[in-house]
Amino acid sequence: MLELSGVTRRFGGAWAVDGVSLHIPPGRITGLIGPNGAGKTTLFNLIAGSLRPTAGAIRFEGRDIAHAPPHRRAALGLGRTFQIPRPFAAMTVLENVLLAALHQRGERAFANWLAPRAVAAEERRNIVRAREIIDFLALGRLAAAPASVLSGGQRKLLELARVLMAEPRLVLLDEPAAGVNPTLLETIIERIRELHARGISFLIVEHNLDLVARLCGEVHVMAGGRLLASGPPEAVTRDARVIEAYLGGAA
Amino acid sequence: MTGLASYLCFFATVALTYGVAVLGLNLQWGAAGLFNVGVAGFAAVGAYVAAWITAAPAPAHWGGFALPIALGWAGAMLAAAFAAAIVGAATLRLRADYLAITTFGAAVTLQLVALNATALTGGPFGIAFIPKPFESLADRPLAFGAANLALVAAVTAIIFVALERLTQSPWGRVLRALREDEAAAASLGKAPDRFRLQAFVIGAALMGLAGAMQAQFFGFIAPDNYLPVLTFQVWVMLVLGGSGNNRGALLGAVVVWGLWTLSGTLLAAMLPGAWQARGAALRLVAIGAVLAGVLLARPRGLIGERATVSRHVVHTGEQA
Ligand SMILES: Nc1ncnc2c1ncn2[C@@H]1O[C@H](COP(=O)(O)OP(=O)(O)OP(=O)(O)O)[C@@H](O)[C@H]1O
Ligand SMILES: [Mg+2]
Repeated sequence: MLELSGVTRRFGGAWAVDGVSLHIPPGRITGLIGPNGAGKTTLFNLIAGSLRPTAGAIRFEGRDIAHAPPHRRAALGLGRTFQIPRPFAAMTVLENVLLAALHQRGERAFANWLAPRAVAAEERRNIVRAREIIDFLALGRLAAAPASVLSGGQRKLLELARVLMAEPRLVLLDEPAAGVNPTLLETIIERIRELHARGISFLIVEHNLDLVARLCGEVHVMAGGRLLASGPPEAVTRDARVIEAYLGGAA
Repeated sequence: MTGLASYLCFFATVALTYGVAVLGLNLQWGAAGLFNVGVAGFAAVGAYVAAWITAAPAPAHWGGFALPIALGWAGAMLAAAFAAAIVGAATLRLRADYLAITTFGAAVTLQLVALNATALTGGPFGIAFIPKPFESLADRPLAFGAANLALVAAVTAIIFVALERLTQSPWGRVLRALREDEAAAASLGKAPDRFRLQAFVIGAALMGLAGAMQAQFFGFIAPDNYLPVLTFQVWVMLVLGGSGNNRGALLGAVVVWGLWTLSGTLLAAMLPGAWQARGAALRLVAIGAVLAGVLLARPRGLIGERATVSRHVVHTGEQA
């Protein structure tokens, strides 16, 4: 589904991501772990298009996307959330989610004057779908609230809701559990499971190894911009090189 | 009495033509955050194109097709939109300040072209005898003034409603998202350049229409009308009225045009003849001072931006 080969990104003199090759098969929940500064978020930005690679190839469902702009990658079915959530704070929760529907007729300026009924009908259908997603992610009571009032954990849920509205086939989640209270965390884990059962694939960056162990079939470990190890969570967390990287990072 | 009434009609007519330009700028700046410092250039394109299309043939300038005024206004909007598409396509994907530099440069260049391409534009003498709407009423000043005011008021109302719809539509929602967080909007499949370019082009078309309407109501245009001071006026109108709010845009146009006219009359009456030329500069200072005063009391302008919600969300009662 997603194929990286030799993906490299340099910032000045530092290699944030250094020759990473990865294969993410469809229909799986894959984990990406590593100590702080390992290059995980940078790799996400390269996959989603907010950064362009210095070298290397990125293929999504057979298509070369290494130099496609982020909006085109989203339209191809590649969704992402941000490590620090970026809600549209001045908009309501419902509008945040509505915005994310792809290829809306009402996004064509002239359609709003020439075909207002068609736009209104589409918008009503989108509202129904957005409400389903919002309810599914336990934000139903907040649908009319401005996104600025949401807690950190609720913002993570809103990011997921927005991405789902765009009907992605692969979702990149950057630390979905960070700063989330234990109850909400269970909700998030459960929802990811259910979405996976509905056919959405995930690539998850997470420091919470409990979440990774519970959700992910395969885990990739990054350190210092390089891919260090890959395998099932139990094996990888026992790997001496991985333990060394984490301890080295902490020291 | 009829003299005053027909003067007020003319004043309101001109104020509303400015209002249309301010509505265009509000779409660009208020909704899309595009810093256009070349309003005068787009107004000039509209004015000259409308003059070429509607005026009678004359040896002093190009064009003169004597076509209906409606065609002249449509042509003006298309030409200004085309100019904006070129400027926008070249600069919108670059850093934001490039748009300011480019629009300013383009407007100054166009003004110089209007001044020097004499065969096309009539040079410094401009184009005269541009037909006015309702010319058959010209011998009854009040009816003539009222008819012109009704026409420009109707045009302004249509544009106002169309823009309100647009800002409350899914299209407007994307612009609001882009203004808040471009990276987040792009990650949700929205092409930033596409939406910005559309807002820029539609806004410029309105500036072109404003230029065309002014040409038609004054009956005469010259390069001097399209100096950067026109851009300054339209910006002051928007900022004073309330950027991000179409009502504020129109209110700002009426208030600032009133102050501009009034200060011109007062300075002409008060200053001795030798000082008249310098009086023009004093007018700018006076308007700037008023703007500063208003912004001190009301930082968001007379009517500030209010939270916009997509209209269908409201209509279906989902906002309980
Ligand atoms: N825009 C940037 N400019 C310069 N250096 C950057 C930039 N973004 C990231 N880096 C550097 O790249 C390296 C990798 O950062 P990255 O954010 O990808 O790490 P991470 O694995 O996501 O860490 P964390 O677990 O703390 O989120 C770090 O050394 C960081 O300082
Ligand atoms: Mg990170």
